[in-house]
Amino acid sequence: MLRYAAQRILAGIPILLLVSLFIFSLVHLTPGDPALLLAGDNASPAQVDEIRARLNLDQPLWRQFALWFGDAIRLDLGNSIYSGKPVTELIGQRVEPTLVLSTVTLILTVLIAVPLGAVSAWRANTIVDRLAMGFAVIGFSVPVFAIAYVLVYLFAVRWGVFPVQGYKPLDEGMLATLHSVTLPSVSLALVFAALIARVTRASVLDALNENYIRTAHAKGLGAPRILFWHALKSVGVPVVTVIGIGFATLIGGVVVTESVFNIPGIGRLTVDAITRRDYPVIQGSILFFSAMLILINLVVDLSYAAIDPRVRG
Amino acid sequence: MTNDSDPILDVAGLSVRFGARTERVQALDDVDIQVRRGEILALVGESGCGKSVTAMAILGLLPKRTARIDARRITLGGTDLHGASDRSLRRIRGNRIGMIFQDPMTSLNPVHTVGGQIAEIVRQHRGVDRRTARSRALEMLDLVRIPDARGRRDAYPHELSGGMRQRVMIAMALACDPDLLIADEPTTALDVTVQAQIMALIADLRRDLGMSVLLITHDLGVVAETADRLSVMYAGRIVEEGTVGTVFSRPSHGYTAGLLGSLPAEGKRRQSRLAEIPGAVPRLSDPAPACAFADRCAYVTADCRAGVPPVVHPGPGHRCRCIRPDAVYADLSQSDIVRAWQ
Ligand SMILES: Nc1ncnc2c1ncn2[C@@H]1O[C@H](COP(=O)(O)OP(=O)(O)OP(=O)(O)O)[C@@H](O)[C@H]1O
Ligand SMILES: [Mg+2]
Repeated sequence: MLRYAAQRILAGIPILLLVSLFIFSLVHLTPGDPALLLAGDNASPAQVDEIRARLNLDQPLWRQFALWFGDAIRLDLGNSIYSGKPVTELIGQRVEPTLVLSTVTLILTVLIAVPLGAVSAWRANTIVDRLAMGFAVIGFSVPVFAIAYVLVYLFAVRWGVFPVQGYKPLDEGMLATLHSVTLPSVSLALVFAALIARVTRASVLDALNENYIRTAHAKGLGAPRILFWHALKSVGVPVVTVIGIGFATLIGGVVVTESVFNIPGIGRLTVDAITRRDYPVIQGSILFFSAMLILINLVVDLSYAAIDPRVRG
Repeated sequence: MTNDSDPILDVAGLSVRFGARTERVQALDDVDIQVRRGEILALVGESGCGKSVTAMAILGLLPKRTARIDARRITLGGTDLHGASDRSLRRIRGNRIGMIFQDPMTSLNPVHTVGGQIAEIVRQHRGVDRRTARSRALEMLDLVRIPDARGRRDAYPHELSGGMRQRVMIAMALACDPDLLIADEPTTALDVTVQAQIMALIADLRRDLGMSVLLITHDLGVVAETADRLSVMYAGRIVEEGTVGTVFSRPSHGYTAGLLGSLPAEGKRRQSRLAEIPGAVPRLSDPAPACAFADRCAYVTADCRAGVPPVVHPGPGHRCRCIRPDAVYADLSQSDIVRAWQ
């Protein structure tokens, strides 16, 4: 188990390296002089030269990357062109809403999708199954912002149960925070629950035909025990895999949702940075999201081993 | 049968039909089976004749949506199983009836430890705490002679051999001291040497625990060695039934005769499959009102197709659905195997 964990962690390192290389080349791949690009539109030639020297743009490319990477590892991602503040600081200020939104969404998604898929499989081809999967198709085919606007109209504008937009930080109280992220999380969760519910249903349906489920019936176990302890647990690997994949798409959704609900998270930071062509900040946000994805994949890999003894090897 | 005084399992007039309208399969037709206390009853017959369906019908495990089950009586020690609610059936399954299946490689859940799977059934029916159930699991693994039971308790199924897994299945089936063990071809998927060990284990446990066993098998060698009585099933009907001694020494149905003919002469050796009778099993979709074996029978006459043969009693405790039991016996009376049993 420890060896497996170490292997998975080591496997993450080359991926992170590749991602860094990509982020580094972002500035160099865009046509034109990176120094001009980084300096922004209204910079004087002196300023551009200063930037060129500060960012080592006069050095060979491989050396530039080595220097940039060395800084990045020490969490020095340069300064924002727009505000002049260190990128790490900007990201640090915006991390909380994004992490809260993603975590709440992920928990909601799993809580909706997995039981829904499992029960649909148990009641396959009945009205319960049809309704659940019909809901899944809707979630699947409607974009996040559309669902978000419908929910905002109903729950915020009409009934006033939840705020239309905005975010309450955690130090104003956990409940206030949850209240402020309910609508964005639910809109996002509805979309991702669909995919996960369908995959869960298909996997559980297969598992229910296995001989060990017949054994579970012959043992006199009740339906919940058979469904969740025997069938669902045995298909944990595909279900967790699709949750991991769902999370990758979720990040795109987070960016959209933060804009729709005006949540000051990394998604908003990224969108703002893109419109201002604030390259250091764009690089920083991409690095942040990539690190999050790699982390999630690591968690997924480690949970395989926790779920299925055959993976431990 | 007359003196079936208080059988532990009493099945009478069991019929099972699958499917609706067009593709209908009459899997069982008016099946009677009695397992007496403490005995091993072997249920023998070719692949597809309905042995597993019989077991699943007794446990109430046939799919409700496709299977139609009729029975005059299915009782376990006087408790009605046929009309029982799902809840009360669940209290019987795994508790008063233990079941082991043909394929030990796939019958255990791969993601739970074997000890956990045994403990689970004990907790389900005995309501004991985790620790008691765990020590019961250890006790059961010892009982089925798994070496280093303490170490194996926390093993996962894929870490055990086929024979070991079948022992685990037996341990699980017996963990709640059932009155009846149903073993559906428990050794077919195993190596020949392991087969013998598992059968010996079942026979020993029956003796030590005083339980009754319904043993479903293809293998007449196994029947000769371990069973007390046998029921021969053909195309969803019981065609002959009696003690192993009576049936082997006085076979009275053409199908039994064919089965015995496919058994090696020494009679008691293993490796005897039933497929050697020429001809194919009839389709079960439209059972004719005739002896289902008529087309393959060496003793067939025109009368065999005139109706379903009535039950005759060639001897005490010996039942047979054949109109020419004496012709069958006369033909076989000089064969080695029959003489060996006389
Ligand atoms: N769920 C089901 N739906 C429809 N038909 C079924 C079902 N289960 C069994 N049957 C049919 O019932 C008949 C008897 O099957 P069964 O499994 O009892 O045979 P068996 O005697 O156990 O054979 P084997 O020795 O191969 O295990 C077969 O024709 C089979 O196709
Ligand atoms: Mg079978």
